[in-house]
Amino acid sequence: MMLIPCPHCGPRAQSEFIYERTVDSVVPLDAPTDEAMTKLFTRNNPRGVDDEIWRHTYGCRAWMVVTRHRVTNEISECRAIGPEALP
Amino acid sequence: MSRYSALSLLRGALNGQRHWQPAWRDPEPKSYYDVIIIGGGGHGLATAYYLAKVHGLKNIAVLEKGWIGGGNTGRNTTIVRSNYRLEPLHNLFEFGLKLWHGLSDELNYNVMFSPRGAMFLGHSDADMVKLAERGDAMRCDGIDADLLTRDQVAKLEPLLDMSRDARFPIQGGLIQRRGGTARHDAVAWGYARGADSLGVDIIQKCEVTGFVRDGDAVVGVETTRGRIGAGRVGICVAGHSGHVAGLAGLKLPVESQTLQAMVTEGVKPMINSVIMSQSLHCYISQSDKGGVVFGGDPDNWPSYAQRGHPMVMEGAVAQGLALVPALSRLRMVRTWSGVTDMSFDGAPIIGETPVRNLFLNGGWCYGGFKATPASGWTYAHTLATGKPHALNAPFSLDRFERGATIDETGSGPMPNSR
Repeated sequence: MMLIPCPHCGPRAQSEFIYERTVDSVVPLDAPTDEAMTKLFTRNNPRGVDDEIWRHTYGCRAWMVVTRHRVTNEISECRAIGPEALP
Repeated sequence: MSRYSALSLLRGALNGQRHWQPAWRDPEPKSYYDVIIIGGGGHGLATAYYLAKVHGLKNIAVLEKGWIGGGNTGRNTTIVRSNYRLEPLHNLFEFGLKLWHGLSDELNYNVMFSPRGAMFLGHSDADMVKLAERGDAMRCDGIDADLLTRDQVAKLEPLLDMSRDARFPIQGGLIQRRGGTARHDAVAWGYARGADSLGVDIIQKCEVTGFVRDGDAVVGVETTRGRIGAGRVGICVAGHSGHVAGLAGLKLPVESQTLQAMVTEGVKPMINSVIMSQSLHCYISQSDKGGVVFGGDPDNWPSYAQRGHPMVMEGAVAQGLALVPALSRLRMVRTWSGVTDMSFDGAPIIGETPVRNLFLNGGWCYGGFKATPASGWTYAHTLATGKPHALNAPFSLDRFERGATIDETGSGPMPNSR
């Protein structure tokens, strides 16, 4: 199990969190159709580091961006989410 | 290639079994192949086999970064069935199931296919309605399906907890009697041996690191063993589809996740069929060696780690123990996990890509093993002719932008359902 450093609660067991989606797949409300399609249906899916949105569902219930390596599970950053964190 | 038979075994017995030969060669890569298949799992090897056997192609290579069958072919729960809900899936998987039934003869290699029956459990009235509907849909498309009463389920699997106050009460089931299990390694080895004997070069420890482009077309691959030219290139790398397609600049409708499975110590026969619960997402069967094999949910976050998290394993085992309490006495001896490329409608992708001469076979989610023969057969057709076969035409890569998704669970289309 991963230990996710929640920016509000400190390091917590992964079982308290739910994975939502990657940052690059958040669809802005004013996105043109082709961009919305790309974001809805495709992923970079790198065999390496990506920015992911997780929610501390069974903790502070806040959303956050976790920068994680998908082979080693190493978490290099976990930051609170806000309007400025999204594209 | 010498043919395996009872007679050759008997003859070998007189000679200390010294007649055995390697089942496939270990060739050096040539500078050019008409078709290169990236990925030496069951699907890639089956594709090469049918390309040579059905389409008569002579100059084919399968490139494998590790050893053949070492990826998801060796990391699944070996369940074979075609009991889906929608017609395109019926057509594809049922075609595959028919190939499974003759596969050992076709390959002259015992893939130990065992049609012991694949059974979904129903835990509620709503479950039973869904199962009846699914069974009707299957029978309309000519696939066998029998709705079972509670008593019939209890008779087939006496160790299920059938009590009224069970954690997951069982009201009935839906069985596909022609479904079952097969020996995973033997599928890879059988196809490899068959393909090799038809002249296919199987090149192991050869990772593709890039594509050679000529304008909008792919004309070869860069590998850890040098550049190899190709007429057509087929990606067939399961969980690594996103990574390999990314080398050609493509962004796919898949996200890679870890799927785990596990097996207990070997015991005498106790599970007769393949027990599945879609409401719980639990898969239980017993291997021919006696180990009880468990499968459950994928780890629901992206990963290429090829190792899973114990909390997901715990969930699968908890469900299994609730269904079959006797399993609590067994020791778990081995767990494994594979990287699955989860497509957004749950159905696979087999067909052309926007890059000329580059083809894709992926997005199999957690259901690729059962499709091995059908996947290879249709992909071979696509690679040989440049066009999809009627069976895989609905599974094109562009179906997402066309709004023609094939919702694998039969519960309504939605993006990101995985």
